[in-house]
Amino acid sequence: PLYDVVVSGGGMVGSAMAAVLGHDIHFHDKKIALLEAGPRKDYDHMPDSYSNRVSSISPGSATLLSSCGAWDHICSLRLKPFRRMQVWDACSEAMIVFEKDDLDDMGYIVENDVIMSALTKQLDAVADRVEVFYRSKAVGYTWPLPSHSSDTSPWVQVELADGRRLQTKLLIGADGHNSVVRKEAEIKNIEHQYDQSAVVATLHLSEATDNNVAWQRFLPTGPIALLPLSDTASSLVWSTSHDHASELLTMDEESFVDSINSAFWSNINHSDFIDTAGAMFRSAISLLKPSGTAVRQLPPSVAKVDPESRAMFPLGMGHATEYVQHRVALIGDAAHRVHPLAGQGVNLGFGDIACLAHHLSAAAFSGCDLGSLKHLLKFETERQRHNVSLIAATDVLKRLYSTTLAPLVLLRTWGLQATNALPPVKVRI
Amino acid sequence: QFSLFRFIVKRPFSTSHSSVDSKEIKKFQLLAHKWWDEEGEYAALHSMNDIRVPFIRDTLLSMSSNYHLGNPLSGFKILDVGCGGGLLSEPLARLGASVTGIDPVEDNIRAADRHKSFDPVLAKRIQYKSSSLEEIVEESMETFDVIVASEVVEHVADLEMFIKCCSQVLKPEGSLFITTINRTQLSYVLGIVVAEKIMGIVPEGTHEWEKFVPPEELEHVLESSGFSVKTVTGMLYNPLSGSWSWMESTSLNYAVHAVKSGARAQPHATDTAPETDIQQRSATAGTA
Repeated sequence: PLYDVVVSGGGMVGSAMAAVLGHDIHFHDKKIALLEAGPRKDYDHMPDSYSNRVSSISPGSATLLSSCGAWDHICSLRLKPFRRMQVWDACSEAMIVFEKDDLDDMGYIVENDVIMSALTKQLDAVADRVEVFYRSKAVGYTWPLPSHSSDTSPWVQVELADGRRLQTKLLIGADGHNSVVRKEAEIKNIEHQYDQSAVVATLHLSEATDNNVAWQRFLPTGPIALLPLSDTASSLVWSTSHDHASELLTMDEESFVDSINSAFWSNINHSDFIDTAGAMFRSAISLLKPSGTAVRQLPPSVAKVDPESRAMFPLGMGHATEYVQHRVALIGDAAHRVHPLAGQGVNLGFGDIACLAHHLSAAAFSGCDLGSLKHLLKFETERQRHNVSLIAATDVLKRLYSTTLAPLVLLRTWGLQATNALPPVKVRI
Repeated sequence: QFSLFRFIVKRPFSTSHSSVDSKEIKKFQLLAHKWWDEEGEYAALHSMNDIRVPFIRDTLLSMSSNYHLGNPLSGFKILDVGCGGGLLSEPLARLGASVTGIDPVEDNIRAADRHKSFDPVLAKRIQYKSSSLEEIVEESMETFDVIVASEVVEHVADLEMFIKCCSQVLKPEGSLFITTINRTQLSYVLGIVVAEKIMGIVPEGTHEWEKFVPPEELEHVLESSGFSVKTVTGMLYNPLSGSWSWMESTSLNYAVHAVKSGARAQPHATDTAPETDIQQRSATAGTA
């Protein structure tokens, strides 16, 4: 069978891609297939306890999810909007606070399972256009020769594990940072394993609070973040060395909670030199811009961790040198993998979807061959332009904040203080 | 050569003469296998789809009240005259139309048939036929809702007859879309010298400047054949980006949309002036 589009990978990004295309008016008569290696999960019964895998969803991503009808489901399940983000250094007083002037939501913390539940519902709603193949791992791809060699099939051939074969005019690889589509297409990937793992857990706060701030502190071993889930619960994302991560996972719950509180509250890494230099810089700024610095607040203290909610996964960075080829496009982690310190990972993927869907929709409405490089290259250019600077900046920040060396601490202290005082720079972030 | 010989032998015995210029046929035969190479000799035609398909689509949508954006041209019967390898037929069919593509060069039709054969939806919606326009007139009177003649009229031997045949196979109030090249000093410099000889945007020898058609002349022929010209607009090709855009000036390429009047078919002027036709026919036969 010949499909117009096959999406390989049924995670958040792959499912959203299929759902967005399935709800696009210009794809009304098209045939789309979504290939997912795992079984269909039952999302109808959301447990009361929070899942430990959450994502920070930007307003732009919320708009995309809204366009395919998934956002409504998410809102009716559960999510936590946050208004403010405080980012500060463990080695100095420097900090930066992000908040929107109009007191709008800066972003939303949503469990990944909630997002998947909403997307699955919206895929079911367009089942006449989008066929979801569960337990269907793609094991081989055959690429077409350039279009003008006439006698062989011009389509991409996909072979599934059970021997079934599909043909498609466009293959979208949404199969994660170890993308098989990318490897089989022989697209070079620039990758780097960080010597860090992220520890996630669901935490309960000592007391209920207007939990609408996202907190992140840069420790020398890596950033620790507290993301609000409700007025009494928050999600932990702690990037640290592999050894420390294993320790955190195996220590008893009380010690774990103590480590977290200490990481956020302790000033053990401050040095007098840096504190003085930082204070001088701050007074200099306040001469130029009186409102330039804000008061550093302290995050809520943690009382308990959900049993069984501690987990860890290794971190790395990756960027594909090409996002597209004739009849192939990569989106999400298959195209780019970042450190969670910027909370951008899945938002980059949703951004890819918005851009690719826009170009495919216009191509469909002009009767174009969907696999044509002409519009695929436009997608690649737009997204690489956007993604490369963000991925590079995230990588630089990660390295800059991984040290206690005074000169670098000073640099980032002043840099952070200056950035905090300069509205135009802050808004761009 | 054999098919050309057959063509010349056939002509004296038919009652209608042809708007097809046999020299033109030879030119296109040589490049029949190159149609679908998007970066090859026909690259500029491929990228012309970016403006001519939306032009056709939006004009037809603006004139109709009942359409679905997921299948905008569904229900339209379109004739693509001089369809070549099917570069324009395929997108129109993807938008839902039933397309008949005709071209006098058999190799072109073969290439077009082969290319559509891999897509079952296209294979069903498009029918290709190796034929001139005159040859299908008798069996297709007032059959089509739309005719597209894109980059064709600058290759025909008899423009007036070509337009009259279009009128005959078009339903009343049907639309005719033409894209072609103006005959100006600028189009000689840019369209022939630069495009063919210097930059190789168009295969050398494709066009003869003398056969380019000024929009005034085309409009005159259209109006006197029962068409009402609705739109005339210029097109510009940017060789650096490889893309087309609309422009006000028609001094180079331009597009026309005309609508056939709503009255039923009237007896045509050609039936009453056979002498001039015979003279013209023997003139073209001498040069073939």
